[in-house]
Amino acid sequence: MLATKAIADDLAGAAPIKGRSLWADARARFFRNKAAVAGLFVLVCVAAFALFGPLIATWNYEDIDWTVLGNVAEAGRPSLENGHWFGTDALGRDLFARTAQGTQVSLMVGIVGALISVIVGTFYGAVAGYFGGRIDGVMMRVVDVLMSIPYMFVLILLLVVFGRSMLMLFIGIGLVSWLDMARIARGQTLTLRNKEFVEAAVATGVGPFTIIRRHIVPNLLGVVIVYATLLVPSMIIYESFISFLGLGVQEPLTSWGALINDGAAEMNNGTLWMLLVPLFFFVITLFGFFFVGDGLRDALDPKDR
Amino acid sequence: MLTFILKRLLIAIPVLLILIVGTFVLMYTAPGSPFATERGIPPAVLANLEAQYGLDQPFIVQIWRYIVGIVTEFDFGPSFIYRDQDVNDLIGQGFPVTLTYGVWSFIVAVLVGGTLGILAAVRHNTWLDYLAVGISIGAQVLPNFVLAPILVLVFTLLLGWLPGGGWQGGQWEYVILPVIALSTSFMASIARISRASMLEVLTSNFIRTARAKGLPMRRVIFRHALKPALLPVISYLGPAFVGMITGSVVIDIYFSTGGIGQFFVASALNRDYGVMMGITVLLGALTILFNLVVDILYAWIDPKIRY
Repeated sequence: MLATKAIADDLAGAAPIKGRSLWADARARFFRNKAAVAGLFVLVCVAAFALFGPLIATWNYEDIDWTVLGNVAEAGRPSLENGHWFGTDALGRDLFARTAQGTQVSLMVGIVGALISVIVGTFYGAVAGYFGGRIDGVMMRVVDVLMSIPYMFVLILLLVVFGRSMLMLFIGIGLVSWLDMARIARGQTLTLRNKEFVEAAVATGVGPFTIIRRHIVPNLLGVVIVYATLLVPSMIIYESFISFLGLGVQEPLTSWGALINDGAAEMNNGTLWMLLVPLFFFVITLFGFFFVGDGLRDALDPKDR
Repeated sequence: MLTFILKRLLIAIPVLLILIVGTFVLMYTAPGSPFATERGIPPAVLANLEAQYGLDQPFIVQIWRYIVGIVTEFDFGPSFIYRDQDVNDLIGQGFPVTLTYGVWSFIVAVLVGGTLGILAAVRHNTWLDYLAVGISIGAQVLPNFVLAPILVLVFTLLLGWLPGGGWQGGQWEYVILPVIALSTSFMASIARISRASMLEVLTSNFIRTARAKGLPMRRVIFRHALKPALLPVISYLGPAFVGMITGSVVIDIYFSTGGIGQFFVASALNRDYGVMMGITVLLGALTILFNLVVDILYAWIDPKIRY
């Protein structure tokens, strides 16, 4: 009797126990993962380079340094003296400024592409999974059909037919990127739909779209976020591929793919920095996204608990 | 099984039709004419040209002719730029090349990637595992258009071992670099997938039972673990195949191999819509066919799937 009272007193005296939310747990797990934190750090650095690089660059990304032109292999080397920290490209334009500008474009395409896919794919998949039956059948059949089209060729076709522009690039990438996401979201929704809280919501008379918005989508977020971080690098690869073909952003604007292509074309002339600089940023960014994505998956994976 | 195959083939037909109509509409709505030059052509000549290629007909007639041509005679129409060649000639020229290095890349990716993944899982948490994971992560950030210049830089410019381009009727030294460039990232994905699924299989109950009754490890892996572990790999083969077809664009440009991708990009830049459409439709058909084969293979290997 006394003992229980002592325990009760102890409990009363103790500070109120704070609940740990799922997200706090996940955050703690994520920051314990060294590779993921390193990846995040790299990504922050690259983003900072994209944002502030053009401001600290001594040259504009489209201005030609006439003193260098014609002797790029010698005078265009990376050096601190003439302000071309990463050297110049074949036309004598400052590679530091161009790489910073290309990083902006590539990151933006990656993030916007992933965002389109997240928004469209999640809702499409959630609706299909929640309603099920014939609606689900038709909606998923549409996804199957779109998936079996060689999208890269269609995207090139779009860019050629409607002219090369940023907008067209976003539309083209957005058209195909949501398909996988829709499948993943649908699969998750199929299991969520039978949970008690959905049943409770239905019983209290909540409409189907409100249920999807308030109850299904928030529960999909973990999976969606993990997949989105892995989607950004593949969007960047798509864009770089298109730019590599010369169908991406228009000169003098540039992106990683265009820079790598230009650098590769000049490889025989002993100007390796033109290839290696954009390649370096491309590779470390992809590494960063993959590590962060893996870290997030480990952090948000319910199997781990 | 037969009904399943038939059903899938029946679905493939509307998909192909959608693809053909879609690309045709794109081409039809495209601004400008493939015959337009900077100096301009007299209207009479232009009208003659358009009449010759049937471009003066109403939209429905044009698209009907196009589809009928493909279905009945497997004729993808003329090229608008190369006046003496039609699309079939160009495809017939480039496709064997693409197929050669494509098939080799496919074999390399599946064999090397699969072996690497299985080995890594069997020797889980040893140096071999770490090496395999390291290779597959490294290969993942090197898509073919990034790997191709690096390969040329190392093997052609620095070491001088292999030619940096050309095809020469497919002699082996001309095939190696394209195959490496094309297969690496798929190899990495296959290694990752097979490692993950093998690890899962190896911890499952039936493997424990097999080992408990005293089967040697070799037999457990080859007889019991391998088949279920390779299932996810098979479902990845469809996307991998598509990726390799798409990748051929890069390979052809970079190594001047003269495959189908080269014609595709050249036609895209020249606005040679006939060639573009022909290649898109052909590759779409191949993609659909290959996905079907993969699905059938999947159903055949996995007894849990019944159609």
